[in-house]
Amino acid sequence: MSRIELKHIDKYYGKNHVLKDINLVAEDGDFLTLLGPSGCGKTTTLRVVAGLENPQGGDIFLDGKNIVNAKENYFEEPGKRGMDLVFQSYALWPHMTVYDNVAFGLVVKKTPKDEIRSKVMNALERMRIAEYAKRYPSELSGGQQQRVAIARSIVSNSKILLLDEPLSNLDAKLRIEMRSEIKRLHHDLGTTILYVTHDQVEALTMSTKIAIFFDGCLEQVAPPMELYQNPASLKVADFIGNPKINFIDATAKKNAEGTITVTSPMGTFEAKKELLVGIDELPGQFDAILGIRPEKLTIQTEPADDAIKGTVYSVQPAGSETIITLKIGDSTILVKDLGIKNFDMDQTVYVRYSHEKANVFHKESGKLIKKVILD
Amino acid sequence: MSVSKRILADEGKPYSKARKIGNVLKNWITNPYNVIVLISIILLFALVVSPLLDMIVTTFKVGPKDASRAKAPVGELTLYYWQRLFNSMISKNMLYKPLGHSLLIAACVASLSVVLGGVFAWLMVRSDIPGKKWFSLGIVIPYMIPSWIQAMAWIAIFKTPAIGGNPGFLSYLNIVPPDWLSYGPVAIIIVLTIHYYAYAYILISGALSSINSEMEEMGEMLGASKMLILRKITFPLVMPAALSAFILIFSKSIGTFSVPAYLGLKVGYYTISTMLYNMIGQQQTAIAYGISLILISIAAILILANQLIIGKRKSFATIGGKGTRSNPIPLGKSKAPICVVLVVFILTCVLMPMVLLFIQSLMLKLGDFSLSNLTLHYWIGEGISDIYSGYPGIFRNPMFYKCLANSFKIVIVASILATLTGQIIGYIVSRGRGTFSGHLVEQLAFIPYLIPSIAFGAMYLSLFSVEKSVTIFGQKIVLFPALYGTYALLFLVSIVKNMPFSSRSGSANMLQISTELEEAGRIKGAGFMYRLRKIILPLSRSGFLSGFLLIFVAVFKELDLIVLLVSPETQTLPFLTYSFMNNNYEQLADASAVLMFLIVFFVYWFSSKIFKTDLTKSM
Repeated sequence: MSRIELKHIDKYYGKNHVLKDINLVAEDGDFLTLLGPSGCGKTTTLRVVAGLENPQGGDIFLDGKNIVNAKENYFEEPGKRGMDLVFQSYALWPHMTVYDNVAFGLVVKKTPKDEIRSKVMNALERMRIAEYAKRYPSELSGGQQQRVAIARSIVSNSKILLLDEPLSNLDAKLRIEMRSEIKRLHHDLGTTILYVTHDQVEALTMSTKIAIFFDGCLEQVAPPMELYQNPASLKVADFIGNPKINFIDATAKKNAEGTITVTSPMGTFEAKKELLVGIDELPGQFDAILGIRPEKLTIQTEPADDAIKGTVYSVQPAGSETIITLKIGDSTILVKDLGIKNFDMDQTVYVRYSHEKANVFHKESGKLIKKVILD
Repeated sequence: MSVSKRILADEGKPYSKARKIGNVLKNWITNPYNVIVLISIILLFALVVSPLLDMIVTTFKVGPKDASRAKAPVGELTLYYWQRLFNSMISKNMLYKPLGHSLLIAACVASLSVVLGGVFAWLMVRSDIPGKKWFSLGIVIPYMIPSWIQAMAWIAIFKTPAIGGNPGFLSYLNIVPPDWLSYGPVAIIIVLTIHYYAYAYILISGALSSINSEMEEMGEMLGASKMLILRKITFPLVMPAALSAFILIFSKSIGTFSVPAYLGLKVGYYTISTMLYNMIGQQQTAIAYGISLILISIAAILILANQLIIGKRKSFATIGGKGTRSNPIPLGKSKAPICVVLVVFILTCVLMPMVLLFIQSLMLKLGDFSLSNLTLHYWIGEGISDIYSGYPGIFRNPMFYKCLANSFKIVIVASILATLTGQIIGYIVSRGRGTFSGHLVEQLAFIPYLIPSIAFGAMYLSLFSVEKSVTIFGQKIVLFPALYGTYALLFLVSIVKNMPFSSRSGSANMLQISTELEEAGRIKGAGFMYRLRKIILPLSRSGFLSGFLLIFVAVFKELDLIVLLVSPETQTLPFLTYSFMNNNYEQLADASAVLMFLIVFFVYWFSSKIFKTDLTKSM
């Protein structure tokens, strides 16, 4: 059992407010990813959890035990929290062999020699680097160093594993390999993992839950696919997804039955009541933004009743998919089509989409007001 | 520290102010950084700031011997000493004349050094002169030799029967040099220039090599002549470095003691530093401290001015730091003559002094350069009563061995402790970057750099000559024990005076160790001492060794710093050499100077070979 809870965490560097009232829970066995652009506070959050930085406000509970109580200036020592951290730079001690690096924590805890030996070899074999035990970090490749860093963090069976952008120094091929390795590790060990990254693909593919940060604020915490399909705000919607989501200016009108009617260059539709959130405070009519993922749009050359007319601006075939840029009225729309498609420049085409698969945001607050039905 | 000892606040417990205060205190005390910072700040204040204050106070208080003359009781506040210094019958001889001499010497030495160093730097960095590797080594050697050994060599060459008693090398060749050349300002200026030009060379060549040669080539493409390029492009670009070299050499040479002592005292030519030494000798302590304070003020103002200039214009020095591919400028027809001049310069300024000192140490009777006069008497001979009061050769002289042992004792203890404190201060400075405490420690550790060695010695003499204590609640607490005549005082003064260098090499060393390596240890539950032992110290080992060697050489050849502080028991090799010279036991002095030079040169060679240390960094 290892559940970690952050309550009202505030952190300042001088006058710089870097973490603003962060509330976050990772349940036992969660793979919680902290995602956001650089400088948003995700690494700081991880360092606060690890105990390398002390927050000025808030509490942290590990399995119900108060390990940080900023109001009473109580901060548990990092080494006593039962957590392990993999640094972005790996932070392997260059003067120790791989074996000594991995054994360090156990030696500090005065573990018997035999036990150290079996645990270290176990961790090294787990990461498939047992043959390098006697080498020094400088004699290993980047990928092997990464494995040593992970072996070092799993050797003492910590309650929580913290990973700070562990794959950012690897090349693309190794990164994909290590991604599946870490996901498998999480499955085998069952440890709660907090994982920091700025790479949305990493976050979407590996996590059970994603916490997305902007500018020191926690914007949304949700399972990856929910985050992708129902982003809580324009900011999140814009950050997640490649190619980017299409935003189209629209107007929305509340109806007596509790539904809303959305009008935009992409046509007019009525959104069902059960898909709407937080529209009670909104006026009868307001500006909205329609959000449609590029892969939710389909292109055809023949007109149809529910199809909207547009012209092809450019086409980018990439083999497995084709990205088509369209002009509809004044708006530029991206369409992602699986397979190889070809269109002429300025050709007239017709686009269709399911209204259930479109998000609607309130323009002024940026908040999501209409969800999609999850796939 | 275990969890149970901490004050725990469990979920749901109401907020408690008592627990908060307890935690604040515990966090502070158990944070090793705070503890080291506190100890360092206390020590630095005690060893750097308080001696200075003590010295200032002494000059405003009536001393025990001056009660009647100052017409005030002992201990009373008085301006007597400052008045005597600045405005009395003896002011002219005691202050103004020596100060004038010092300023003249400093100005001449600094200008000549910058010109000479600048020319050499240009030749080594910019021109296509052959044999650069050997020339550049030869050029910096004079800076490795203690300047007082160079002064001794000067005496050996230019001494005339009129002043020195025995003829020097030139007199022996029947070229009698004029008296003004043998001793006095000209001799002092030339010897100091031969020593300090290498310092200007190091600074200016550093700046020159960071200038992208494309800037000069651009001038060439626009049709400018070599002279015009030099004047309009190269010269302005190295100006900040040259100016800084000028200021630093000025402040170094204004406080130098040994060279003016060797070359000036015999003809009654005093500088401010030799006058200071003289006053201490005459027990006019307060006056001597007043002179020291004047000296410190001049040096400190100059160095601070230099930092301002460097700080403002440093953008110049880093131009084209990347990808400099310099095309050497051809010297053409003048290449051969320039080479000859360089070779002659190195032979006369580097090789000849040492060879001459060595030959002189082998001469039974000074001034007789014939073969039959050669002897090993001053090296290994037994004492003969009619030569030099029966002093034996240095290798048979128990005093020599004692001084050699003292020198090594002081050097080894002081270098180890200085390097260790340097590493600790470096740790604070590197880890406390941007914090007030880190900045304060850095500034305090830099202060000794502002104070000329002889004045620094005077400061410590003032602080540690008598016990200083306070009585609190009837308990006597000794703040500063009387350390005069002990090794401890020499250790202390050597450690503190070298603090600017040791802490600089320490912080450079610590900056190389990423804080994440330490944090990785913290996560694993390793305490501060454990991390220090297992992570930080092993990783700083190579930096530690090179730092150690830098301090080793600096302490070993030191004379100015300790000349006021040694007692007969604690004499060092440079001091012994100095006393041999003072007693006109010249060959004995020569023998021990040659030996010193060999030791210093060996350490330089050893450290650059084994540790790849660039010892020019410590200068």
